[in-house]
Amino acid sequence: MNTLVRAAETTASGSPVVNMAIFLAFVAVTMVIVIRASKTNKSAADYYTGGRAFTGGQNGTAIAGDYLSAASFLGITGAIALTGFDGFLYSIGFLVAWLVALLLVAELLRNTGKFTMADVLAFRMRQRPVRTAAAISTLTVSFFYLLAQMAGAGGLVSLLMGITGDVGQSLTIAVVGVLMIVYVLVGGMKGTTWVQIIKAVLLISGAALMSLWVLSRYGFSLSNVMGAAADNSPLGDKLLEPGAKYGVSTLTKVDFISLAMALVLGTAGLPHVLMRFYTVPTSKEARKSVVWAITLIGLFYLFSLVLGYGAAAIVGPETIAGAPGKANSAAPLLAYELGGTLLLGFISAVAFATILAVVAGLTITASASFAHDVYANVIKKGTIAADAEVRVARIAAVVIGVLAIFGGILAKDQNIAFLVALAFAVAASANLPTILYSLFWKGFTTRGALWSIYGGLISSVGLIIFSPVVSGKVDANGNSLSMITNPNVDFSWFPLENPGLISIPLAFFLGWLGSVTDKEQPNVAKFAEMEVRSLTGAGAEKSVAVH
Amino acid sequence: MSSDLQGPPDMGAPVGTGGGGTPDPEAYSRAQVSPQFQELRKRYRGFAFPMTLAFLVWYFAFVLAAVFAPGWMATPVWGNVNIGIVFGLLQFVSTGLITFLYVRHANDRLDPLAAEIRDEMEGTR
Repeated sequence: MNTLVRAAETTASGSPVVNMAIFLAFVAVTMVIVIRASKTNKSAADYYTGGRAFTGGQNGTAIAGDYLSAASFLGITGAIALTGFDGFLYSIGFLVAWLVALLLVAELLRNTGKFTMADVLAFRMRQRPVRTAAAISTLTVSFFYLLAQMAGAGGLVSLLMGITGDVGQSLTIAVVGVLMIVYVLVGGMKGTTWVQIIKAVLLISGAALMSLWVLSRYGFSLSNVMGAAADNSPLGDKLLEPGAKYGVSTLTKVDFISLAMALVLGTAGLPHVLMRFYTVPTSKEARKSVVWAITLIGLFYLFSLVLGYGAAAIVGPETIAGAPGKANSAAPLLAYELGGTLLLGFISAVAFATILAVVAGLTITASASFAHDVYANVIKKGTIAADAEVRVARIAAVVIGVLAIFGGILAKDQNIAFLVALAFAVAASANLPTILYSLFWKGFTTRGALWSIYGGLISSVGLIIFSPVVSGKVDANGNSLSMITNPNVDFSWFPLENPGLISIPLAFFLGWLGSVTDKEQPNVAKFAEMEVRSLTGAGAEKSVAVH
Repeated sequence: MSSDLQGPPDMGAPVGTGGGGTPDPEAYSRAQVSPQFQELRKRYRGFAFPMTLAFLVWYFAFVLAAVFAPGWMATPVWGNVNIGIVFGLLQFVSTGLITFLYVRHANDRLDPLAAEIRDEMEGTR
């Protein structure tokens, strides 16, 4: 056991110098590209959407870069390595979810809106109340997601740089935060997009390389990899079957269904994913973006299955669970076992780049929502110049970045995949019902939109607060597994860890109820405009620049 | 030119002014009731809605099988690869297939009709 722990410590660190050097090279290269890309940034459309001039292929790659967060790369690999089949559900939910975006949302949203999700939600409603609600929901979801990424950055550093002290980790979170603020301020959406494209290429090729490497050790047979993983795991053959994590009791089974629901319905309600559809010139390019995204994301999740079982087979679950960063360390440890210091350095840099690209995307989305929805349209009632709006967006980006740094420092011990799943639950509850009703239901009214957004938001966040996630969950030894680590504090009464099963249907129901009981009639002319515009693109925003 | 240079639009919906002409509000109401648009809407919804239902049923079948029939999912198919893994991989296959079918449908059946209506409304070509 002692040797195992020591092995974990040494492999976990690899060579901090190499890790750092590769990461700095990534920062240097992307910074040059961001600065070059930003030279043509002039208008608000440039800042928010990169001039709507990206191709479907570029945007699809950037979407993959935006979507495959640290939760996917580190979290899912670790979940499969430790809990086997139950970790595989994340991959499937995260992928299938893209069909909702492809079939129902992406193209129609591109044709209808301008910069933010609220553009679509408020299109045929009374502007100020609905925009305010949509902005609050956008900021909440983005902030949850941002916390998860920042927390991941802290954990990753303790693993790779050998920095275990609180101060060191906090400092690294601050460095990631400052870098992201610089990317967003300098590059706007154009710069952020290029960072995401580069990261997606690095991440997917890194995962492909490692998967082939793992498979080559087992005669290119997934069956052999799985067999070796099961031999190595304390779960034995249970690692290959459903139920290792969620099959314990009826409650965990219901929790699994709740999680599955949040995963599949959350993607098309994530504001930072939705905003990416505005960066292409037409709805046809938006469709192409999703096709590219589905292809790349699907490939990546196939690799994650091999990587997860490969990590169990080659590194071993005890070593992973004993390493700093626990499950999140599975992928880096596997890299070290396969390719030594250099591959570990590369994979670490990719993981950092992953976090950096995702937080930049989240920051620009949140700052756009604040500047465009709250400041320009609600506070100033649409009377400010575009330049002033962009200036507010930049200030908002700095404020959000600073908040994220502090939040990330507070949340740094939390499980990343889990925090992200919560963000999905909030997005699926507060955003998706209103998006679908707005696009497809003639009878939807302002009150329906408000009830659905606030109802979904308050119920999902409220149920999380009173769930075992926040307080009162203890393991067999009496150690707390909740966010509030004092085991004596327990105000949980909602048994599920994911609120989706309750809050998503509730938000759909409230949207319907609010509309049918609303005295205000739906705006028929605006619905005609929205429906025709969303399906044909007549009157949709045009591209402003040519690459 | 983009409307951004003149500041954000009024409290109404954002309206693009680039490229061709911007349709006036009545034009949308007229277009909405036109047989062309009704046909486009039917073709779009006739594909997207049933397909959404289908993939959700298929996905939740996988989830429910994992939860309530773990023994069946554990049945070996080939070596250590069991029904659960195959079922999971089939979710990847179905996602790819639906994507392919939708793109073909959109390219062949939706885009030409949408372009016709759009060009007529914007008066570009």
